[in-house]
Amino acid sequence: MASPESAVNGPTMTAGAASKSLRNAFGGVIAFIILVLIGVLAFSIRLFSVIKYESVIHEFDPYFNYRVTQFLSKNGIYDFWNWFDDRTWYPLGRVIGGTVYPGLTLTAGTIWKVVNSLNIPLSVETVCVFTAPIFSAFASWAAYLLTKEVKGPGAGLTAAALLAMVPSYISRSVAGSYDNEAVAIFALVFTFYLYIKTLNTGSLFYATLNALAYFYMVCSWGGYTFIINLIPMHVLLCIVTGRYSSRLYIAYAPLVVLGTLLASLVPVVGFNAVLTSEHFASFLFLILVDRQCHLSSSYYLLVQVFIIIHVVALAYYIKGILSPKMFKVAVTLVVSVGLAVCCAVIAILIAVVASSPTKGWSGRSLTLLDPTYASKYIPIIASVSEHQPPTWPSYFMDINVLAFLVPAGIIACFMPLTDSSSFVILYIVTSVYFSGVMVRLMLVLAPAACILSGIALSEAFNVLTRSIKFQLPGIAGNPSIAEENGSSTVVAPNDIPKTEEAAKEKPAKKNRKKEKENVEKKPTPSKTEKRLLVLPLEASVIAVLLLVLLGAFYVVHCVWAAAEAYSAPSIVLTSHSNDGGLHVFDDFREAYSWLSHNTDVDDKVASWWDYGYQTTAMANRTVLVDNNTWNNTHIATVGTAMSSPEKQAWEIFHSLDVKYVLVVFGGVVGYPSDDINKFLWMVRIGGGVFPHIKEPDYLVSFSNLRMLTSQTYLFACLYPKRDGQYRIDAQATPTMLNCLMYKLSYFRFVETDGKGFDRVRRTEIGKKHFKLTHFEEVFTTHHWMVRIYKLKPQRNRIRGKTKKSKSSRSVSSKRDVRGKRNPWH
Amino acid sequence: MAKLAIFFALTLSFLPFLSHSFSPDTPTDRRILVLLDDFSLKSSHSIFFTSLKSRGFDLEFKLADDPKLALQRYGQYLYDGLVLFAPSVERFGGALDVAAVLDFVDSGHDLIVAADTTASDLIKSVATECGVDFDEEPSAMVIDHQNYAVSDVDGDHTLIAADELINSDVILGKTKIEAPVLFKGIAHSLNAANTLALKVLSASPSAYSAHPTAKLSSPPSLTGSAISLVSVVQARNNARIMISGSLDLFSNRYMKSSVQKAGSPSKYEKSGNEQFVTELSKWLFHERGHLKAGNLRHVKVGETNEPAMYRIKDDLEFYVDIYEWSGNSWEPYVADDVQVQFYMMSPYVLKTLSTDKKGLYHTSFKVPDVYGVFQFKVEYQKLGYTSLSLSKQIPVRPFRHNEYERFITTAFPYYGASFTTMAGFFIFSVVYLYNK
Repeated sequence: MASPESAVNGPTMTAGAASKSLRNAFGGVIAFIILVLIGVLAFSIRLFSVIKYESVIHEFDPYFNYRVTQFLSKNGIYDFWNWFDDRTWYPLGRVIGGTVYPGLTLTAGTIWKVVNSLNIPLSVETVCVFTAPIFSAFASWAAYLLTKEVKGPGAGLTAAALLAMVPSYISRSVAGSYDNEAVAIFALVFTFYLYIKTLNTGSLFYATLNALAYFYMVCSWGGYTFIINLIPMHVLLCIVTGRYSSRLYIAYAPLVVLGTLLASLVPVVGFNAVLTSEHFASFLFLILVDRQCHLSSSYYLLVQVFIIIHVVALAYYIKGILSPKMFKVAVTLVVSVGLAVCCAVIAILIAVVASSPTKGWSGRSLTLLDPTYASKYIPIIASVSEHQPPTWPSYFMDINVLAFLVPAGIIACFMPLTDSSSFVILYIVTSVYFSGVMVRLMLVLAPAACILSGIALSEAFNVLTRSIKFQLPGIAGNPSIAEENGSSTVVAPNDIPKTEEAAKEKPAKKNRKKEKENVEKKPTPSKTEKRLLVLPLEASVIAVLLLVLLGAFYVVHCVWAAAEAYSAPSIVLTSHSNDGGLHVFDDFREAYSWLSHNTDVDDKVASWWDYGYQTTAMANRTVLVDNNTWNNTHIATVGTAMSSPEKQAWEIFHSLDVKYVLVVFGGVVGYPSDDINKFLWMVRIGGGVFPHIKEPDYLVSFSNLRMLTSQTYLFACLYPKRDGQYRIDAQATPTMLNCLMYKLSYFRFVETDGKGFDRVRRTEIGKKHFKLTHFEEVFTTHHWMVRIYKLKPQRNRIRGKTKKSKSSRSVSSKRDVRGKRNPWH
Repeated sequence: MAKLAIFFALTLSFLPFLSHSFSPDTPTDRRILVLLDDFSLKSSHSIFFTSLKSRGFDLEFKLADDPKLALQRYGQYLYDGLVLFAPSVERFGGALDVAAVLDFVDSGHDLIVAADTTASDLIKSVATECGVDFDEEPSAMVIDHQNYAVSDVDGDHTLIAADELINSDVILGKTKIEAPVLFKGIAHSLNAANTLALKVLSASPSAYSAHPTAKLSSPPSLTGSAISLVSVVQARNNARIMISGSLDLFSNRYMKSSVQKAGSPSKYEKSGNEQFVTELSKWLFHERGHLKAGNLRHVKVGETNEPAMYRIKDDLEFYVDIYEWSGNSWEPYVADDVQVQFYMMSPYVLKTLSTDKKGLYHTSFKVPDVYGVFQFKVEYQKLGYTSLSLSKQIPVRPFRHNEYERFITTAFPYYGASFTTMAGFFIFSVVYLYNK
């Protein structure tokens, strides 16, 4: 029996003529070398950030992961599991162990431990920085394996090469981008590979591995729900289209049982696996996925498909042992019983769903169905730019030419349609939809796009090189030249029937499903038809050249994206001056190190939640809110304080024991993601909980909408016109000019250039000269990007009523000052 | 060498000076600067000054417009208390101004301000900054046609026999002041929202503030009990301030004179002024009512070391020491109303502490079933006493993974079910595999 397995190092051929096997062995070695090179490419293209900047952790969430990893490496796994963090979400604290996906942390922690036990003294930070590039190499190899299972090693190699440098994935996995997605994409692709592998071989060994890979995925990322929805959908598709086989059963049933058991072992998932609502969605819309946090919908889909597959399996089993007449009776019996059960389940579900107030929908899943839902009702979801629908250019930016190759790949998957290629089609269709809902889900689309483009490219090369080969008899049969066009193409045609045969072998052995085999044998005639399809020589050569050009364009774009667009660590900013010099803005670390050196260990620092992770990780100070936005009320409290006048803000902060307030201000250097640009979200989130904060108070009505875009916050586009215009110049509303955020941002700003010109908003600010009564400035960074204020202590005495003479004097002097600067007031 | 000797001599001569200065350990004031309009006050108010001296204070008398006036030198305050018996001064001499006086208070020193009809804007603004508003009408006085002190000539009823004293043993001493206090001066009022200021001597409901001789053209702005005659302020840093509308209140003449309240048959040989002023100054200069708390500590029941973190539902014991300054030593403070809060945004536990009468307060309670960063808070604000505000942060964590109950009785059916399933599967496998 021919072994259907193929190791990572390429295909192994056991049958065939000696020359053929020699050629295949040669192809195998080449494929292996290519895979190694792809791994090196995937790793090294992600090092731009280290070379251009430095070896640091990037952005926001990675800092949290880094801090957790440090804790893990210091205290061990049990303390990590039970970690109650009292330095964040003051005074509520956060149970870290039960609320993080531990996969990434455990992975990096293990790497660190292994490396150190080998006496290679790497710091935790170094390991964290390079985890993502390492795992993207793994992901490329997993993509190779997956595509090889679907369409042969040629397509596999192409897909792996494409995935190694797809910009969408690079954006989340450059060196330093130490986030869950870094390992999760590998886990995702690898789980799919093992599923397909099990489906093709029907091996329980792979099924078990599949459950373990799924477990790793559950540990790593909330996106695991995508897997656990996609696979049942595929199973259902196979059953509906009459492709049921025992291999399908083996691929699915162990995954459900083992996978769910393992998933519920992860603390953050736990009983969510079976308890949370949202099943209604899954029941009616089988494709609904809430991949943010819950397994729930998937669970019901999982169970239903689990039941269905058993019913179908039973049906086939009974069919095998009964005569056709008896079988018909049995079918009606089973169908009627099944319908009854289904009706009962539906009735129960509807009852349960109707009794819950939100009708079983959670905000995030509703966002997936109706992209405008969040912006209307949940500002905290809408405020994050990752959760916005992408624009069309972002597709071109993130997957580039793949966007055009994917349709070709889909067509290629239909010729012939196998179990595995139907899975890939399902994968691309669902991921395209979800990427259209949220920008960050583009990441799930990227591997699918790479796989399908790999298939398309490989098939195209296949056809074209074959055309050339047929028409140039001198070259025909000489593999070495064809390999120059793409070594993959040579191996591909030989291997496809091979895998198909292998796939068929097991069911054939069982001797049970003759008609199924007929379905699966169909590809063979189409193969022969294809051989007859020969294109003209010139057209083929030109087409090959064009495809190579397309690939070259893709490579150029990817390298550019990796080097320029996606490598900035966002804690260190750079800009090029007119004479070509490089200017570095290192204000964030300056501010955080000021905090860590000049404040007391137990001091509390208030800032908008974006900077929470960085403050705890870099300054080691307690924060009120951070990027794990689990408590909306607490965030709303901070938002309310920021949008209140000084005195009320002081009271709010004082009641929360805050000592320092940190604001990010880009007006001096033109840094657009600053707090003033995020401010309306603070107002909106604060107003959502504390209704005395009203958004219209901060807006100037009846004006054109001006787009103020920022990297993290999309500002104006989600912004209904009726509310008016957000501005900070002389026409701004008094509420705006008196709120804490305005004052802390623009305090002493006029001293920088004499007239207070804000370079982000491109306008002169409305109120230039003012004093702070309850806060005092303690630190402002070099470029004014981070400003830290201290709460003044409560006044020692309470003053009596102001004397007439005195008050009149002070008022008149104030009036003078104001009159000079703001003629409109 | 000679230099060194001089240095030593200087330090030695300063030593007693330094050791007498105000400090948290001996909160009573020692060095007091008295600013006068005129040195004649020194003799006309000598009873008050003598009583201070006899209690061990060093008084330094200076004219309010002395050009060499200074409260601090090289950043160190030279005095612990300031007495402003200079109502009519328009400008202080030397480096002293309103801001300097207020800084003096804000760094924890005590102040007595006495005004009278000649009170200048300067004195009034000092009072305003402390939360006391003098009547703005110039030359207005407190007039009371019912509670005036009977004298030989039927005057304009501006000499008031006031007996509406604050009911506080801490401020006015344990012995009750029987005789009315003679008062002649201007009225002031307190803002109701001002929680730091207290009326010690207030006017009767029939009093009002107006010019005594001129005809009233409009209703007086300050009337009745809203008028305060003598007020005290305890600032947030526990600096104490006394503001009196009458300088004569402190004078020998008033202290010695007999008093009879109009309409009252009882005549007192001696007015209550001396006792009132002496007792009030004792409180003011921290000879009384000064508390010290510290040594906040907590342990888990049955343990001796203070933990860095509690678990929910832990039992803990809480201790705090509170002492009271008696004028020359720290005595245990005994009260049954000291409370501790276990606080996270709001108090989850509020317990009254029990004392062992030796200064140690103690209680024990169970940590609530809520995790988060809590604080032990002792907020003790009692009339006349210095306010105590202590807190100590302590995180409370949830159960560890292995601290939950392992087997629950109610779940036994489920355990049974899973073990039955396992057994059933095993038997099924055996039968299926070997029974063909």
